[in-house]
Amino acid sequence: MSKKIWAGAAIAAASALVLAGCAGGGGSGDGGGDSRDLTILIGTSGDAETAAVEAAADTWAADNDATVEVVVASDLNQQLSQGFAGDDAPDLFYMGWDQFSTYASNGYLEPYAADLPNAGDFYPALADTFTYDGTFTCAPKDFSTLGLIINTDLWTAAGLTDADIPTDWDSLEAAATALTNDTTVGLAFGLEYARIGVFMNQAGGTLLDGDTVAADSPENLEGLEYVQKLHDAGVLKFPSEIDAGWGGEALGAGKAAMVIEGPWIKGIQGDFPDTNYAAYELPAGPGGKSTFTFTNCWGIPADSPTKDAAVELVEYLTGDDQQLAFADAFGVIPSTESAAASYAEKYPENASFVAGNDYAVSPVNFAGSADAVADFNAQLEGLSGGDAKAILASFQQELQAAYDESQG
Amino acid sequence: MSRGIRGGEARYGWAFVAPAILIIGVFLVLPIFLALFVSFSDWNGRGSPLANADLVGGANYSKILLEDGLAQRNFATAIRNNLYYVIAVVPLQTALAMFLAVQVNRRLLRARGFFRTAFYFPSVTSSIAITTIFLFLFTGSGAVNAFLAWFGAEGPNWFAEPAGLMHGILGAFGVGNAGPIAAGGPLGLTWWEWLAGPSSALSVLIIMAIFTTSGTFMLLFLAALQNVGSEIEEAAMVDGANSLRTFFSVTLPMLKPTLFTVLTLGLIGTWQVFDQVYLIGDGKPGKTTLMPAYLAYLSSFEGLKWGQGAAISFVLFGIIVAMTLVQRWVLRDRDLGSAGVRRERRFVRQLNRDAAAASAKTAGVSR
Repeated sequence: MSKKIWAGAAIAAASALVLAGCAGGGGSGDGGGDSRDLTILIGTSGDAETAAVEAAADTWAADNDATVEVVVASDLNQQLSQGFAGDDAPDLFYMGWDQFSTYASNGYLEPYAADLPNAGDFYPALADTFTYDGTFTCAPKDFSTLGLIINTDLWTAAGLTDADIPTDWDSLEAAATALTNDTTVGLAFGLEYARIGVFMNQAGGTLLDGDTVAADSPENLEGLEYVQKLHDAGVLKFPSEIDAGWGGEALGAGKAAMVIEGPWIKGIQGDFPDTNYAAYELPAGPGGKSTFTFTNCWGIPADSPTKDAAVELVEYLTGDDQQLAFADAFGVIPSTESAAASYAEKYPENASFVAGNDYAVSPVNFAGSADAVADFNAQLEGLSGGDAKAILASFQQELQAAYDESQG
Repeated sequence: MSRGIRGGEARYGWAFVAPAILIIGVFLVLPIFLALFVSFSDWNGRGSPLANADLVGGANYSKILLEDGLAQRNFATAIRNNLYYVIAVVPLQTALAMFLAVQVNRRLLRARGFFRTAFYFPSVTSSIAITTIFLFLFTGSGAVNAFLAWFGAEGPNWFAEPAGLMHGILGAFGVGNAGPIAAGGPLGLTWWEWLAGPSSALSVLIIMAIFTTSGTFMLLFLAALQNVGSEIEEAAMVDGANSLRTFFSVTLPMLKPTLFTVLTLGLIGTWQVFDQVYLIGDGKPGKTTLMPAYLAYLSSFEGLKWGQGAAISFVLFGIIVAMTLVQRWVLRDRDLGSAGVRRERRFVRQLNRDAAAASAKTAGVSR
């Protein structure tokens, strides 16, 4: 008799604990049946961006009988993974270009963008970036292109004029040489594919030529060798060599006179309010003009119960008016052609970034390419004094393997 | 069946440990089995792995261990880096911890309490905070290089040079990436790559690990030392042993159980290093700070290859278990062993000879 009681008590205690554990893991967030309570997960560039997204979300929520909670991620990718694994993904989230195909190929994303009323207004290059398997999947939020940012004080101090603004590789080298002195290096940019890749493209190269991986093409080699040449001449240094975390810091601190960065360069005004700079289009290489465009989209999880409300919210957020409001608040360039045009008029100092988007390409991005690019970045650390051809050969091999795998 | 007066105690015992068993079961044992399941599945991170994944056999393991490719080379690189890290950190931190413990255990030392606290302090500081400070100290124009410059030495750009230390040493002896050394070694890396040695960035992490953990282990040694009665050391002194001999022949053998604990904890801790590597990010420079634990994180959270990440974790688990067993075998409590028996015999013979000589002497005198 007493044995049964004990056993019963033990089982009851066990199941209570297990059930309590389950309840703790499953609960909050997805809102169950009520499909107008949304959570947005954003990776913010600062308070200005958070406030602007919150304001826009609140305005939409008030007009549409919904509630929206904006959550700022400290590590967007990690928090997204965690949400998806726990069946508790945010209803709407920032999705970076570099992670997009990994997420899309794993069936994480709801392909809603093609059905948006304003689907045709986006820059085609941006829509391409967020197209997976022929389906325009998620709506681009905004974009940035790379430009040549020049410290204007150092420029005039070196006796250079507007006529010397680099338009091709030779004039870039000439300007960098003229600007280099004991304390300042002429040109600086990060030692990574997202910067060096533009030189490969400017030489006429590409990583993916249709269905063929062409990383080890002579054009790509020419791009790398040009970078090597500038570095050997001492007129180009990478930020880590001049104790800067990134190009913007090098520019702001006067350690570099020219850097290759995007519109986010505006962020250095806080730390370096006295630095004067101007942004220009990147000089053209032997293969013509080229730059990279980086972009985020508004991701909606696949099979989300709040999908309808989330799509309405995206439509509102990607409308021209709202995108221009975001541009005012934190400087991003609108993703629709019409809004970007008004942006260029309103912010002439950033017009070159908008102009760049006419010929910009998105960095290589298919499912699994991220690992190959990461390996390429690691190999690039040995670029100065290294064998550019061997680096590209190994990149070709990895990218080919990743591409074959992504094609099944 | 008569139960006797203590018959009901087993039930109470079970009742009292039940909460602990449940908590450990739910939060430790079940997740481990779930992770093991994931490592054999193609789970892509959406929803529960039990409902949304198919078993794929050993595909994840074969990807990191057998199949030629980036996944295998990344794993091999991570293992190589961690191996150098363990080989450097474990002996040095143990030796330093023991040295510090002996020093602060000396009765003659003034302000012992201060030194004990000071040496222990790095252990209770957040590893993220310490890493951040080290990142600052070791930048190209940081304090360390400024210090080196006083002596006319030019320090490297610690966190930017991907070159391996051993490559530099081998290069000085004229050994280069050529011949048999350039041929393929295990796990898809060439022998030349295996022999790279730690990069300057990894060396900084090694120095930091020794700096932060030796305090913790000093505390363990200190506790053990205080159990060694002073009379034993006094006895050794009376027998004519100098301090070095006392340490190696008396103190050290008595510290053996603690030494085992410290080495085991050190091995486990160093194979699991993550925080510092995460803060540096991407295994920079040139994947020389890529470690298996961080690679498992990257594969899972960034690459959404959860099965591969779990497989890496379990291979790491296997390595840790294997290393601990080896270490246990090396440090096992053994009888004298053949060498010891020989030594003992020799000693006894010597004693007999001495005794014989002494008695011969005595006999001579008495005659």
